[in-house]
Amino acid sequence: MTTPAIADPRTRYSRRKATRGNYELYSWVFMRASGAILIILIFGHLFVNLMVGKGVHAIDFAFVGGKWSNPVWQIWDLLMLWLAMIHGTNGVRTVINDYAQRDLLRLWLKILLYAATIVVVTLGTLVIFTFEPCHAGADPSTVASFCQAR
Amino acid sequence: MPSAPTGTLYRGREGMWSWVAHRVTGVLIFFFLLVHILDTALVRVSPEAYNAVIGTYKTPIMGLGEAGLVAAIVFHAFNGIRIILVDFLAKGPRYQRVMLWVVVGLFVVTMAGFLPRHLGNVFGDH
Ligand code: HEM
Ligand code: HEM
Repeated sequence: MTTPAIADPRTRYSRRKATRGNYELYSWVFMRASGAILIILIFGHLFVNLMVGKGVHAIDFAFVGGKWSNPVWQIWDLLMLWLAMIHGTNGVRTVINDYAQRDLLRLWLKILLYAATIVVVTLGTLVIFTFEPCHAGADPSTVASFCQAR
Repeated sequence: MPSAPTGTLYRGREGMWSWVAHRVTGVLIFFFLLVHILDTALVRVSPEAYNAVIGTYKTPIMGLGEAGLVAAIVFHAFNGIRIILVDFLAKGPRYQRVMLWVVVGLFVVTMAGFLPRHLGNVFGDH
């Protein structure tokens, strides 16, 4: 008969990790939360840019100048940029995991994906905040009408 | 991969096809978004550079492409809400098929509101 091993009374209880963290859970929650917000942001974006007035024909440099001189649209676009890019990147990550079976290929596709995301999100953020609606030396007919007053 | 001779509860039915469409539209929108942020970044180059590129958005062929993009977004958005409801409502999974037809209905209504307006802008005189 063997005696059952009894833990030493002084050893501390340590919880063993069953998984490698909760990353996939958070990502699942994020897809749903960001999706719910994105529907408002994107439908608003498309309505203002495609449905109002002359729609796509009204879009030019001066149109963007008008929108981004309003902080509401700056914040709107910033949120849309970050949420859509992270949601989309995480979605494409899932697709890569599903179809790219070779380890090395999967690794490289994801490196490419994350690199593209970082470049595009950084660029988009800089563009929103460094944009000059009254571009120096620009032909006055190409900039917003409020630039004439200066 | 074993092939299922006929549809199971899920495979080959509405649930599967809506998943396929959700995936295809999601990836499509992602690639559009990459290009879209790059073309918007041209506002930092010069008004002329931005106007030249955005001018191509106003051609009939691109106009049809925009209609396709909006269709993809509208489906992905409404079906995304359906996925959320399937996950969070106690009876969600039971009504997933009904909800897909609600998505299709809302899609048709939204596009019926959007298309005449957009195609009028693209093909009409301005
Ligand atoms: C054909 C349809 C579209 C047109 C004509 C269009 C037009 C524009 C224009 C004119 C801007 C400049 C700023 C502004 O107006 O707010 C812009 C920016 C932006 N758009 Fe769109 N858009 C379209 C579709 C979309 C879609 C589907 C998304 C999201 C998935 C999107 C995401 C963005 C983002 C994130 C910015 C900010 C870019 C930056 O930070 O530099 N757009 N778009
Ligand atoms: C308009 C509002 C949107 C809503 C309500 C929405 C909702 C969702 C939901 C609920 C999922 C499922 C996630 C899962 O199965 O765990 C999903 C997946 C996905 N979404 Fe969106 N989304 C939206 C916009 C976007 C945009 C703008 C993009 C692209 C930049 C995008 C790209 C994707 C991709 C690639 C997937 C993964 C598809 C798959 O795994 O099969 N979505 N979306």
